[in-house]
Amino acid sequence: MAKLNDLARIIRSKNSGPFELTFDVIFNDGQTYEKVKKSGALTPKTFAELFHIPEESIVAFVWFDAAEAFKATILRPRDSGSYGERDTYGAQQAAPLVDWEIPGL
Amino acid sequence: MKEIRILAPAGMLGYGIPDESFQAGMDRKPHAIVVDAGSTDAGPHKLGAGVGIVSRIATKKDLEKMLTAGLANHIPVIVGSAGGSGGRPHIRWTLDIVEELAREKGWKLRTAVINGTADKAWLKERLREGRITPMTGAPELTEAGIDQATEIVAQMGHEPYLEALEKGVDLIIAGRSYDPAMTVAACVHQGNHNLGLSYHMGKIIECGSLCTIPGGADAIMGILHEDDFVIQSLNPMRKCTPLSVAAHTLYEKEHPYHLAGPGGVLDLENSTFEQLEGNAVRVRGSRFRPEPVYRVKLEGARLAGYRSIFIGGLRDPLAVAAVDEIIAAGTQLAEGMRKQLGLAEDQVFMDFKVYGRNGVMEDREPVQHTAAHELCVVAEFVAPTQEQAAAICAKARAGMMHFHYTGRKATAGNLALPFAPSDFAVGPTYQFHVYHLVELENPIGFFTTEYQTMGEGK
Repeated sequence: MAKLNDLARIIRSKNSGPFELTFDVIFNDGQTYEKVKKSGALTPKTFAELFHIPEESIVAFVWFDAAEAFKATILRPRDSGSYGERDTYGAQQAAPLVDWEIPGL
Repeated sequence: MKEIRILAPAGMLGYGIPDESFQAGMDRKPHAIVVDAGSTDAGPHKLGAGVGIVSRIATKKDLEKMLTAGLANHIPVIVGSAGGSGGRPHIRWTLDIVEELAREKGWKLRTAVINGTADKAWLKERLREGRITPMTGAPELTEAGIDQATEIVAQMGHEPYLEALEKGVDLIIAGRSYDPAMTVAACVHQGNHNLGLSYHMGKIIECGSLCTIPGGADAIMGILHEDDFVIQSLNPMRKCTPLSVAAHTLYEKEHPYHLAGPGGVLDLENSTFEQLEGNAVRVRGSRFRPEPVYRVKLEGARLAGYRSIFIGGLRDPLAVAAVDEIIAAGTQLAEGMRKQLGLAEDQVFMDFKVYGRNGVMEDREPVQHTAAHELCVVAEFVAPTQEQAAAICAKARAGMMHFHYTGRKATAGNLALPFAPSDFAVGPTYQFHVYHLVELENPIGFFTTEYQTMGEGK
């Protein structure tokens, strides 16, 4: 099994406005991108499981060929910078993706 | 059609403009210098409290560099989302700096100031007419909610900028703006009406050199032609590649190739990216699809209360193991104080962030059992007044310090408090509650522009 960390050169999270959190994965090369995309391992269902969130809170789930990248956007757990905030910029939320072991790869 | 060159000296006004890359950009004779000063990244406090993100000194330095070059070359300097949030106090703050510079430098600046703060009575009318809709994830807006906002700003498109440029100005200071608007206005003003290309180009260069490898805070240039645009790196250390430029459109956006903005959607699904010699990338195929109803995004924040916090470490292995018990005891005492103060449950908010366990990710944290030998608790209390928040905070802190948990041996105290005083009055805390689209009759009428001459120079 391959770890996403070994296949991608960018794995990050960030706010997309105050009410959404977005995740970008930019793969090492086009071949790796295609391999992961075609493996079918990364779906809204597996993504939701990875982050312990309901699948309904996924707003966008897109493969972007031009950048050899994958993007998912979810509803933010709370509006950015409000009381109870843990990560105002949303910049440290991608950790589960870094460690993610992709089944079948 | 002629080539139009736009120089973006930095990703953010006040982050600093590197001399070499800025000069490299000026050497290419740009038609305008554009800079974005705005962001909601830093949270609702900036808009709510009417304060900026970057320092006054840094902003003044950047403005001085841009205006010196702009005036010498007779090209406009365009600042969008002034002061960070682009509200009235943020515009005022930026104008003060410009006035000071004009006086010190003996400049005479023909300036346009574009205001995008919404009138609350007008907004309520729009709300009643059903012409305000929430963005994904935003709460329902009510008339009371409109009143609660310190200020509600609208993100303008390129049209108000274009109108100001046509009047012939040296400087535009504008309120909250869709970030590519400054670039688009400059391109249309120079005669290129391909909005798909100029919006895409503006989207990329508004972040400075974030689209290069390595990305960073550096100047970048966008060069618009009839059927394509070119992103030109101005620093040989930062490489512009098809992938780095394509990947940039992912950044901070909900969707990688459908980007909604004022009046329409930027569609990048068929954009192509091609490497050029000389550290540049050519982009083709980006399209702008206008929507039948012109809508702009509103942003607003309201006061949520006053915050006090304390920070405490746990190192005793028995205390580390008992952290939940200790927090429960603190919560109980804080609750008692809340009742003593006559406050309802929904008037007070408490949160204990346990770093070393799930401080960053809360419920989404996949690691269930921490191996940490020490933990850090950051405790947060929000109440209607600062005094109330401080009282509740102090009660919880003392309670957690001295709680006799099961098996306790360190009977002198459970927390390592790094600071004296241990409790911090953080002040007012805000909350984003307006993040909505509002319909406009036309792209300009809502935004008001004042023209003024700053300084008494020649």
